[in-house]
Amino acid sequence: MMSIAWAHVGPTILAAFLASTVEFVEALTVVLAVGTVRGWRGALAGAGAALLVLLLLILAFGPALTRIPLAPMQLIVGTLLLLFGMRWLRKAILRAAGIIPLHDEAAAFAQQTRSLQAQGRSTRRWDGVAIAAAFEITMIEGIEVVFIVIAVGAGGPGLLLPAGLGALAALVAVVLLGLVVHKPLTTIPENALKFTVGVLLSAFGAFWLGEGIGLDWPGDDWSVLGLIAGFLAVALATVSICRTRRLSAGAS
Amino acid sequence: MAWVKTILHEAFGLFVDDGSFAVAILLWLGVNWQVLPRLGLPPAWGGPILFAGLALILLESAARRAGRR
Repeated sequence: MMSIAWAHVGPTILAAFLASTVEFVEALTVVLAVGTVRGWRGALAGAGAALLVLLLLILAFGPALTRIPLAPMQLIVGTLLLLFGMRWLRKAILRAAGIIPLHDEAAAFAQQTRSLQAQGRSTRRWDGVAIAAAFEITMIEGIEVVFIVIAVGAGGPGLLLPAGLGALAALVAVVLLGLVVHKPLTTIPENALKFTVGVLLSAFGAFWLGEGIGLDWPGDDWSVLGLIAGFLAVALATVSICRTRRLSAGAS
Repeated sequence: MAWVKTILHEAFGLFVDDGSFAVAILLWLGVNWQVLPRLGLPPAWGGPILFAGLALILLESAARRAGRR
């Protein structure tokens, strides 16, 4: 049991924290745009309502997770985590290699601002456009965070709490940064975060899935650290290969 | 209810971006679950074989996308 804790708790907290940070930064950009253009009452009401709905969903469905047998849970969570993690990793590799453009929070903020301004001013006390925009983005990014917490925490005994704490720490950090900076967090190295998260989630996904279908892992629980190193090495090599292919395609 | 549609679309997009990439991952998982155990390979090979296939799928998919520019 001790080896399960030490091998998995650290990467679980780290994965939940980093992945949630990326999602919360994206939500913050839109909520800031809503607050700046249409007023803070609607922006905070929409974001707060979405957080409340997410909390209710967690309270309603969370306890049911503990009643699902571990093997099927690992199979389902491992499959979803692999699809999710490897998708992030592939995209981060392509961005790092210059194949697709980097995500730009400043551009997202500007685009959101233009879109909100185009919808005209509201004369009502509660601005429906502001509430809806803040609610939608917080729900979308929040559902991703809930999935990440469940996926990295539900595969092993006692890991939901560390995963939840990682996500909560990310929420607090991003909200505090948002209050201090009061503009989109453009200096956060988003692709490096996504690259790291992609590596961690892919490693967890492969490990949980292997456990779910009864595979043997060399080193048992500690092999998750080997998987992290393996996915990192493959991802870095793939960036290099993609860069070379981009340059050779550009030269021809 | 447009936001529900948006959220469902986003939820699907969490897992599937490039269709062939997602299908390749699922096929490889199926092979590891249903086919490889019947081949009588040493049990210790199971984990490394799963990883090797996933690594290859990632490399091939990203390299193919890079060559498409």
